[in-house]
Amino acid sequence: MRKARGGVDITAPFSIAMVVLLAGLVLLPMFWLTLTSLRNDAKDFTLSHYQHFVNDPTFIKPLATTLWTSAAVGILCVVAAAPMAWLVARTDLPFKRLLRVLILASFVTPPFLGAFAWVLLGGPNAGLVNQGYYELFGLKAFEATPLINIFSAWGMVFVMALYTFPYVFTFVANSLDLIPSELEEASSILGAPLARTAAHITLPLVAPALLAGFLVAFLQSMTLFGAPAILALPAGIDTMTTKIWSLFQFPPQLGLAAAASLPLLIVTVLLLRAQAAIMGRRGYSVIGGKSTGQRLIKLKAWKVPALALFAIVLGCSIVLPYGVLLRTAFVKNWSAPLAGNLSIEHWRFVFFEFSQTKLALMNTFVLGTTAATVGTILATTIGYLSIRKLVWGHRYLAFLATAPVAIPGIVLAVGLFLAYTSPPLVLYGTLSIIFLAYLTKELPVGYQQVAASLKSVHPELEDASRIFGATRLRALVDITAPLIRNGVIATWLFIFIGSIRELSATILLFTAKTKTISVTMFDLRESNDWGPIAVLSITMLVITFVMVAIINYFTDRRAI
Amino acid sequence: MKSKALFAALAAGAIAMPAIAQETTPAMVAAAEKEGKVVWYSAVDVKVAESVKKAFVAKYPKIDVDVERSGSERVFQRINQEYQSSIKNVDVVNSSDASHFLFWKQQGWLVKHTPPDALKYPPQGRDPDGTYFAWRASLSVMGYNTNLIQEKDAPTGYADLLDPKWKGKLAKAHPGYSGTALTGTYALSKALGWDYLEKLSKQGVQQLQSTTATPKSIASGERAVMVDGNEYNMFIEMQAKSPVKIIYAKEGTPFVTSPTAIFKDAPHPNAARVFQNFLYTPQVQQLIVNEGGNRSLHPDVKEPPERTPLAKIKLLPDDPQGMLPQVNEIKKKYTTLFGN
Repeated sequence: MRKARGGVDITAPFSIAMVVLLAGLVLLPMFWLTLTSLRNDAKDFTLSHYQHFVNDPTFIKPLATTLWTSAAVGILCVVAAAPMAWLVARTDLPFKRLLRVLILASFVTPPFLGAFAWVLLGGPNAGLVNQGYYELFGLKAFEATPLINIFSAWGMVFVMALYTFPYVFTFVANSLDLIPSELEEASSILGAPLARTAAHITLPLVAPALLAGFLVAFLQSMTLFGAPAILALPAGIDTMTTKIWSLFQFPPQLGLAAAASLPLLIVTVLLLRAQAAIMGRRGYSVIGGKSTGQRLIKLKAWKVPALALFAIVLGCSIVLPYGVLLRTAFVKNWSAPLAGNLSIEHWRFVFFEFSQTKLALMNTFVLGTTAATVGTILATTIGYLSIRKLVWGHRYLAFLATAPVAIPGIVLAVGLFLAYTSPPLVLYGTLSIIFLAYLTKELPVGYQQVAASLKSVHPELEDASRIFGATRLRALVDITAPLIRNGVIATWLFIFIGSIRELSATILLFTAKTKTISVTMFDLRESNDWGPIAVLSITMLVITFVMVAIINYFTDRRAI
Repeated sequence: MKSKALFAALAAGAIAMPAIAQETTPAMVAAAEKEGKVVWYSAVDVKVAESVKKAFVAKYPKIDVDVERSGSERVFQRINQEYQSSIKNVDVVNSSDASHFLFWKQQGWLVKHTPPDALKYPPQGRDPDGTYFAWRASLSVMGYNTNLIQEKDAPTGYADLLDPKWKGKLAKAHPGYSGTALTGTYALSKALGWDYLEKLSKQGVQQLQSTTATPKSIASGERAVMVDGNEYNMFIEMQAKSPVKIIYAKEGTPFVTSPTAIFKDAPHPNAARVFQNFLYTPQVQQLIVNEGGNRSLHPDVKEPPERTPLAKIKLLPDDPQGMLPQVNEIKKKYTTLFGN
């Protein structure tokens, strides 16, 4: 009578199968990457690719550029985002809700879209910001020094920082929410001025969060491809990602590309270890803390400079770029004044004439939904097996599911390219290889999401169900699944958003039939077709924001 | 002995004989309609490409055209990478780097197919073996923004660009991405030497990836003078009343032919032939001249009166045979000077 319905418990073999599957997914490309970097054309062992890398200044220079610009982005993010986080968490700053929404918007804006927008704003002579600046001061383009030259290493740093600072903001605001404010209050009651309290009490308390935020910002900028390709390449500056990309030009130098990928991988692994050591084992977390009714510091007259800081940062990351994309989408000539220039020609072209729109939208949609669906199923399964510590292998599962965090998109793409262009598995040229890239890349995000939801469900509920005779599967379906439903939906949407904006891996893996929106935009940039780029940018942003709104509907937690 | 020699002579004569054109027959069209579409990798400006497609679909409503537009060098890379991975996707290709066609021909990837109209083309517009033809030609011209520079101050040739006053005001397309820039840069290196390009690289030249992008850069005022850009994009800008003017350099203007060809392993072989034939008809040739601002080698095509006739321009002809073995060297040298 107590016999379990459905018979055997298949958890153990299933778990082993999952370990094998994940190992294949994550480790196979990395295996090929390492192997290729150590082989010559005759497939004999060689260190020549590494020797070439070390001795060739056209490799060392991009590496140096990548390192210093990423560090600069990290510092810039900390300098701007730490005060912002403090203002939101600890003071009576007005419009907090709106400001958080705008920061969330910078968070979900693909950096390459920001880079496109900033070409239109900060091109040294025609850029609209510079045009305004010249007009304001009665200067002439070319003769005066531009206010901003976006085609430079610093231009790239600036744009990357605009879309990376939300990471630092999140880390710091998170940690401020969790740190009781009593110490700070005590300090101010004892008469210390605000600045002194901030420097001696608050800063040391959030130092680990600052450092961790810095490292994540560094990591993010280091692995970006779009922004450097759009902003630094025209100035003749290479970063590691653009360099690896250029090695794929015909005839592709795969051994060198593999050898050039490994330094990125090593730096990433080291930084993530450092970050984990600093933050304990919290990993990528989202702000979950509620304001605990602490006494908020009254800003009084300081509200003006405080809001000015937000205005500058959010103006540069959201208001101006979105504005210029809208404007560009609806005018004939983007650099000319509005009067007599309005037109919907670019929309007509993109949606009714341009052959690639339909295919690219379709591919992007198919990739987004399949990666999100398979990714969510995979993440949920792994999350369940590893959080409940059910069977042998749960440690490996958790490790393998989070390992791709350490693989930069372009490095992953090199590995996938090497693994799946030669028999037995020829996937290059199909959507499958891009799907694998997205799945691998998004797995850690999905896993973290699901794991967080699962941790909040007590195993006793399942145990009770099993005592009454249900199999594990049945308990899962009837008890746990409904409880984590919202978390799972959010996971799906997160992976979808992450997939439709992907560029750095796609750029090496796409072919004519498997183009995505992001790659189509990147190709249009080759010929400076800014109108169609703006139209596609807006389309992509609209889809993203609809998804974000749905996430917010399904989760009580704020996404940021 | 004698008969063998005679046979060899005959065979040689047969090879030298002009290829016989393949007309578009109703049977070919029917087979093409069954295939449903043609995949065209093209380096022509994306809007011109879509116009050609529109004209084709109007004539053959049952055959669709997939336009895959990208810079010539990337078209080349893409096809080679696809063929290396045994992906046979492309039917008809257009690239502004004629040496690509030599390479593909050497690989045995191209089909012999002569569009009827191509027989009317002058010899320099035809591959003697009948695999590719100069679908269009463009000049890689200099140009400037008339709001920023007065006509009397404008440069008249390449040598003028070394004047310090042009520092930070120049834009040039990168031969690593653009076939026109590669052909043009090779012509410049032959006419003026690499030390000229070395001096030019010290002028803070904005690097763009396509000779379709440089005219847009000076039209928007981002740069004042372009070192090289498609003449046809300049015509398009001028028709749109953008403040730009063309300079035909006194040292000569690189003449760049941009052929098309059909791939042997084309997935839509009949549609490819119908399309290739269509590309050389006076209708399309006139379209790419009028709308696209290209130069055509078709004898029946009329040049719009406001354009400077080819005969009045000093040209630097392209030399794909000479360029092919040096392509990587040119790109490498250029990248060392100007960056990637």
